[in-house]
Amino acid sequence: MFDSNSVVSQSNPVYRRRALWNRVMLTLSGGALIFGLFWLFWIILTLLTKGADALSFSLLTQPTPPPGGQGGLLNAIVGSVLMAVVATLVGTPIGILAGTYLAEYGNRGWLAPATRFLNDVLLSAPSIVIGLFIYAVYVAQVGHYSGWAGALALAIIVVPVVVRSTDNMLLLVPNSLREAAAALGCPKWRIITLICYRASMSGIITGVLLAIARISGETAPLLFTALNNQFMSLNMNGPIANLPVVIFQYAASPFEDWNRLAWAGAVMITVLVLGINILARSLFRNK
Amino acid sequence: MKSNSNALMDLFFKNLTRSFAFLVFILLAAIMVSLIYGSRESIAEYGLSFLWTNNWDPVRNIYGAMVPIVGTLLTSFIALIIAVPVSFGIAMFLTELSPVWLRRPLGTAIEMLAAIPSIIYGMWGLFVFVPIFQRYVQPYIIDFFDGIPVLGQFFAGPPFGIGVFTAGLILSIMIIPFIAAVMRDVFELVPPLLKESAYGLGSTTWEVVWKVVLPYTKGGVIGGIMLGLGRALGETMAVTFVIGNSFNLPQSIFAPSNSIASALANEFNEAGGMQKSALLELGLILFLITTVVLAFSKLLLMRLSKSEGTSH
Repeated sequence: MFDSNSVVSQSNPVYRRRALWNRVMLTLSGGALIFGLFWLFWIILTLLTKGADALSFSLLTQPTPPPGGQGGLLNAIVGSVLMAVVATLVGTPIGILAGTYLAEYGNRGWLAPATRFLNDVLLSAPSIVIGLFIYAVYVAQVGHYSGWAGALALAIIVVPVVVRSTDNMLLLVPNSLREAAAALGCPKWRIITLICYRASMSGIITGVLLAIARISGETAPLLFTALNNQFMSLNMNGPIANLPVVIFQYAASPFEDWNRLAWAGAVMITVLVLGINILARSLFRNK
Repeated sequence: MKSNSNALMDLFFKNLTRSFAFLVFILLAAIMVSLIYGSRESIAEYGLSFLWTNNWDPVRNIYGAMVPIVGTLLTSFIALIIAVPVSFGIAMFLTELSPVWLRRPLGTAIEMLAAIPSIIYGMWGLFVFVPIFQRYVQPYIIDFFDGIPVLGQFFAGPPFGIGVFTAGLILSIMIIPFIAAVMRDVFELVPPLLKESAYGLGSTTWEVVWKVVLPYTKGGVIGGIMLGLGRALGETMAVTFVIGNSFNLPQSIFAPSNSIASALANEFNEAGGMQKSALLELGLILFLITTVVLAFSKLLLMRLSKSEGTSH
């Protein structure tokens, strides 16, 4: 009865149970992937249908309206761009230099490993807490909300992203490049600036782009720092309008016009953020 | 002369980069100190009992953090229950089942879930998901569990649509890409030799994943789950839209409640005096919890990459 064939044959109940179990689990695994993609498509579909309704040219030419009035999102777009530019200009050099230390000088001592560790914690720290921090150390001290405070909060979000990518990208540069340059008598600071930065340029730019994508949609850190502004303002020393907070306030409002503007803003931010993400990925891959 | 200025430049550049690394290092400490300083009034007034006092009453100016703490932990817990098996399935599909040419596009699509800003999740959740869930799903779940002793209580209450469960579900969608990405990365660290040995002995794909890949990578998998948990705990905008923002302990998982982050988003700008101090203490609690969770996650992931380094 137990010839060598029957043990591995289809009729062996153990074998059949294992095969069945395997099939069930593989199906569930495919189902999990579909579960994930389902939400992505649903959200994008929502934005396309709601946004197509709300998008118009006046979004880019008029500031936010009072309830019931006509208007666009011009002041919010301008404010968001201003703060994102300042945050990137402040955060990127800090991030690149700190990341350079971790990768190039960090093989000895306690500072580099400790910083690398804490940087990863900071990378995932709740962004609303960063808003609270800037409120406590800046807004509460000067006594008013301002675009500078918002930009500062966003810069703190940029820093860990850039540190991480700079660190990782510099570590990918082959040591033989550094050694070849050192053998030619090149001092270390020129090796780093002329050779390592150039070799890892696309990776570092990818990191900066991902940081910009991240701060473009951040709402929580701006609530207590930049606040919002109904009117067109270029004054970074006062409350300034910005897309995420305008979306938050208009989406939660009872006025239909405001809700439509919120959806229009949501579409613009999502297209921008997903676009930057895809650009950053393709840039890094083509390297 | 030339070499002299180069040596000077070397010293300058090294110390420049070092001071910026130090800046990042002290940033975390600065956040902690400023939050402690900001919440000193509340800490002095309530002490540790702040943590388990169920009372948030701006009118009488009495504050306790129990509801937002419970809400934060409960929503994150629901998010993990949904996200962990789904992320595991996705990682398994991407590493073992998917054809090679499909891995990259599918992986990128899942990662796009992480790129969508949280305020978009909140808006979509409140205006699109909640009405459908409230009308077509929630009543049936409540009916189904009605009368069953413990579970019935769990799913009881009127179908508001918004509430703790909805917040948890949306959080789970937001953290799936983080957990799935870590799981996929650590699954790829498993030496092919181990997997091939198991296949050679006649294991099915599932048995290889469950009995070879998962035990080998369990530290990293837990690290990935912790990373997702850290994200879920601090998520603000998505939760604010759908949790209901009521300072009540949730009687069932469909009841509205509040989380630390959404309490901050809703009340901080209008608060003053003791309320502001109490809210800052909430922020401090949130920061401490997430920092511990994320540090734990990082330690687990670091240990895995270290042991990976020595096994070769």
